[in-house]
Amino acid sequence: MNDELTMTIVDTRTPDPKRMLPGVTGDWEIIVGLEVHAQVTSNSKLFSGSSTRFGKAPNANVSLVDAAMPGMLPVINEECVKQAVRTGLGLKAQINKRSIFDRKNYFYPDLPQGYQISQYKDPIVGEGIITISLGPDKQGNFEDIEIGIERLHLEQDAGKSMHDQHPSMSFVDLNRSGVALMEIVSKPDMRSPDEAKAFLTKLRTIVRYLGTCDGNMDEGSMRADVNVSVRKPGGEFGTRCEIKNVNSIRFVGMAIESEARRQIDILEDGGEIDQETRLFDPVKGETRSMRSKEDAHDYRYFPDPDLLPLEFDDAFIAELAKDLPELPDDKKARFVNDFGLSIYDASVLVSDKAVSDYYEKLVGQGDAKVAANWVINDLLGALNKAGKGIDETPVSPEQLGAILSLIKEGVISGKIAKDLFEIVWNEGGDPKAIVEERGMKQVTDTGAIEKIVDEIIAANPEQAEKVKDKPSLAGWFVGQVMKASKGKANPQAVQALVKDKLGVTE
Amino acid sequence: MSVDTATVKRVAKLARIAVDDEAADRMTGELNAILGFVEMLGEVDVAGVEPMTSVMPMEMKKRHDNVTDGDKADDIVANAPETERNFFLVPKVVE
Repeated sequence: MNDELTMTIVDTRTPDPKRMLPGVTGDWEIIVGLEVHAQVTSNSKLFSGSSTRFGKAPNANVSLVDAAMPGMLPVINEECVKQAVRTGLGLKAQINKRSIFDRKNYFYPDLPQGYQISQYKDPIVGEGIITISLGPDKQGNFEDIEIGIERLHLEQDAGKSMHDQHPSMSFVDLNRSGVALMEIVSKPDMRSPDEAKAFLTKLRTIVRYLGTCDGNMDEGSMRADVNVSVRKPGGEFGTRCEIKNVNSIRFVGMAIESEARRQIDILEDGGEIDQETRLFDPVKGETRSMRSKEDAHDYRYFPDPDLLPLEFDDAFIAELAKDLPELPDDKKARFVNDFGLSIYDASVLVSDKAVSDYYEKLVGQGDAKVAANWVINDLLGALNKAGKGIDETPVSPEQLGAILSLIKEGVISGKIAKDLFEIVWNEGGDPKAIVEERGMKQVTDTGAIEKIVDEIIAANPEQAEKVKDKPSLAGWFVGQVMKASKGKANPQAVQALVKDKLGVTE
Repeated sequence: MSVDTATVKRVAKLARIAVDDEAADRMTGELNAILGFVEMLGEVDVAGVEPMTSVMPMEMKKRHDNVTDGDKADDIVANAPETERNFFLVPKVVE
């Protein structure tokens, strides 16, 4: 998008062989930069009072301003400005108290103005940082990498064209026309598809925490242009290609992989890379050239005479900073320090604000680490299997909290807790009452357990005999007793009793 | 600053204005006359002067984030040469 702006590239990374792609002539380093378009969460558009709601009837969310009728003038939505500043603060970025709106001129049927109002030389947000975390590796370690943010600016979205409705005509819907976007441009600091995916994932997490963009890539609320080039390790930067409008994190990874491969093949055959715009085809898993016309990139930017400079003071920024929520990195550190969670568990929990909120409601009702395991393995596992989001969970934090309390108090065993979870998942209800009603309480009464142990030994005299030579067979008896008690016997008590009765000493 | 005929044709093309060779030649002369006139401004020393963005010392007006417009698709497409179900219809454009 910013081809005419020259960006001074400072290589912040040390070439790392494990990220490189092998070629016939040796290893190649991949250089990736992203331009992410994130739709600003707001009720109305950037310069008009029409709605931003997704999925409305064709041209229902369109005012005369959005349709670029003659004489209409843009008036900026203050909330969109605040959202951009909040995002900038979340990216630890320079906030520019004075920024300028420019016209970016090009013709396309979904752009009724004939230009997009954007920001060019003076964006609202300058340089910032996103820390991505890669891993865990085989030793369980994470690698944190700082990826530079070049800028963030506000601009208008275009409308939507549909080409498959008619043999000779395209259908244009301007509902999205004029919706506020944040274009967030990274520095070319990424060196692998995984890093790019981690960057996009992290950026999405941050804007979701901030509430500045819903991050919904299916609905087009977030999409990425991916700049890819390759070079010999540590050498001069190569010529880059821009892959437009990639709309899923997985596709970003696939597009980089295939594009880097394509460029390496050309270079190793003695060819040259043409700087061009390409599209990723997810079906074929490869990129292809867009039939771009020459001059396509001559946008002839100039300051929009309809709009004054956007200016605000330090107090405006301070007010927004004051109400900023806890960000994922801070939350992760707090989970590790305060709850003793592993970095992995903390990372999983904070990756979705709703999940971390759910988890925090459990803390105090059971062991913090046990609670983390339940959320990550049982709850998220079950939700994933059912294709549900955390907001649709059939097991509320109160219910799971009650299950955790029952485990902590020794009322039920961990194994029974899994059954209880399933019952609550399917049928709902109060876990404590369910345990009472269905007799799921753990049997700690030694007399009752002893009775079962005696019965099992009496029913299996041959096995009992063998234990004398092979003490490890005692485990088989423990299993049988647990089975006979339908999992309700306290496992430690069973073990002790079995060993005692069979005369196993170790 | 001056322009040649090729530049005039290119600018016309970018602006989607049809200009034939004869008109381009004529416009090259006209544009160069205009550019020459404007060039006089170059004589003013503007070192250290911020570009003026408005003749009035005023702040940009801002709106509150309320939905106050829309729901008039019939009006929006009323003047379009071709429509269907309130979509604009344009000759097929596929990239």
